[in-house]
Amino acid sequence: MRNKIISMEEAVGLIKDNMTVMVGGFLGCGGPNAILEEMAKNGTKDLTVIANDTAFPEVGLGKLIVSKQIKHMICSHIGTNKETGRQMNAGETKVTLQPQGTLAGQIRAGGVGTGGFLTPTGVGTEVEKGKNKLVMDGVEYLLETPLKAKVALIHAWKVDKKGNAVYRRTSRNFNPIMAMAAETVICEAEQVVEVGEIDPDYVMTPAIFIDYIVDLGGTN
Amino acid sequence: MDAKELIARRVALELKDGDVVNLGIGTPTLVANYIPKGIDVTIQSENGIMGLGPKPPEGEEDPDLINAGGGYVTIETGGSTFDSAMSFGIIRGGHVDMTVLGALQVAQNGDLANWKVPGKMVPGMGGAMDLVTGAKRVCIAMTHTQKGAPKILKSCTLPLTAVGKVTDIVTDMAYMIVTPSGLVLRELAPGVTVEDVQAATEAAFVVPDDVKVMAV
Repeated sequence: MRNKIISMEEAVGLIKDNMTVMVGGFLGCGGPNAILEEMAKNGTKDLTVIANDTAFPEVGLGKLIVSKQIKHMICSHIGTNKETGRQMNAGETKVTLQPQGTLAGQIRAGGVGTGGFLTPTGVGTEVEKGKNKLVMDGVEYLLETPLKAKVALIHAWKVDKKGNAVYRRTSRNFNPIMAMAAETVICEAEQVVEVGEIDPDYVMTPAIFIDYIVDLGGTN
Repeated sequence: MDAKELIARRVALELKDGDVVNLGIGTPTLVANYIPKGIDVTIQSENGIMGLGPKPPEGEEDPDLINAGGGYVTIETGGSTFDSAMSFGIIRGGHVDMTVLGALQVAQNGDLANWKVPGKMVPGMGGAMDLVTGAKRVCIAMTHTQKGAPKILKSCTLPLTAVGKVTDIVTDMAYMIVTPSGLVLRELAPGVTVEDVQAATEAAFVVPDDVKVMAV
C-alpha cells in the first residue's frame, strides 16, 4: 500500500500558481482550513478556485481572498466576505456566481463522467446568459457543463491510511463530490486511523479518490 | 407582537403534518418557533441536514454543525446529514414541500427578486434559485413595503431569482396567494384595512368577499 500521508509543507507545495483548485467547505465549516492557512502564508497566486462560498475574511478560503491569491472565484455566495464583493466591484478579482445546486451538479458531473446536466434552476434569470437551453417534456432546462480541477482540497473527520474518509455532521457539504472531480485530491484529516478501523458501510468517500492525506493529529 | 413575529406565526399556520420545509435566513428562521402543536414538520437545511433542530445551549456549540447561515444548530433525533449534491437533489427534485424566504420584490405573476441589487449588493444567490425552483410551495415572508415603497409589484425591476414560482406571500399587512389569474388577498393583519393594503401594493390583486383577519 502506497503511503499517502504527506507533510503540510509537501501538500502546499503541490499547489502551484495559476492552478484550478476545488476547495470544500460551507462558510468555513468542513473546509480544508489548515491547508488554506498555510497557502495564505506561502503566497501561491493567480488561482482559479471553485468553492461554495468565500467564507469570512478571517476564516479558511476567506484568507486567500484577502491576500489576493485568487484571480477567478467560481462560487454561489460571497455575502459573508465583504472583501470578495469589493474586489469584484473594483475589477480586481473575477467572480462567477452560480446557483448552489447548479454548482454542486456541475462538480458532480465533473466527477461522474457525464457531459453536464440539465436543470430548471436559473431559467428566465441572468444565470441563463450564454447557456444552451433544452425543452424536455415541455419543461425548459439549462445545460450546465461539468466542472473539474487540477487539485481538490478537502477536509474529513476520520480517514484511514488507505484514504477511506468519513465526514462529520454538516462538514460533509461539497467535500465528497470534489474528491471525485479533481486530478489530485489532498485531504486534511482530523484523525488518521489504521486500515480496517472504519467499517466499509460507513465510508463516505472510497479511498481510491484520495491521493494524499495531511494528518492534523487528532485522536479519538 | 412585532412584524417579524406576526409574519412567522402566520407562515407557520400554512405548515401541514408531514411537511418537509426549508427556512431562509432572518424572519423565515423564526417560523420554526411557531409550528402548530401536534403536527410533525421536518426542517431541511441546504448545507446538508434533514431534521434541523434549535440553537444549542451556550457552551454546547459544535463547529461541525451549522445551518446555511453559518449559525450553530442541532439535529433532531432521527435526523440525518448529507452532501451538497444530495441536498440539492432533495431540493430540485421536489422533495421539499415548502420553502420560506425573504424577498426584495415579488411580482403579481409570482416572479421573485431577492439576490441582487446591481452595483449595490451582490451577495450571490446561494441556494435560493434552486429552492424556489424545486419546492412545491414558495412562501415569501417579508415586510409589505421597504420603508413605504411597495415590494409587491406589477413586475420586478431587480434581477430575478425565478420566474413565476411564488405561491404565497405573507407580510406584516396581509396574506396573499398567487393564482393563474393573479394575486388574491386572503387575509389582513389585525388592524389593517383593504385600502391600507391597496395603498402599499403596486400590483393589482383580487379582493374576495370572504377576506379574513389573520388568526395569529
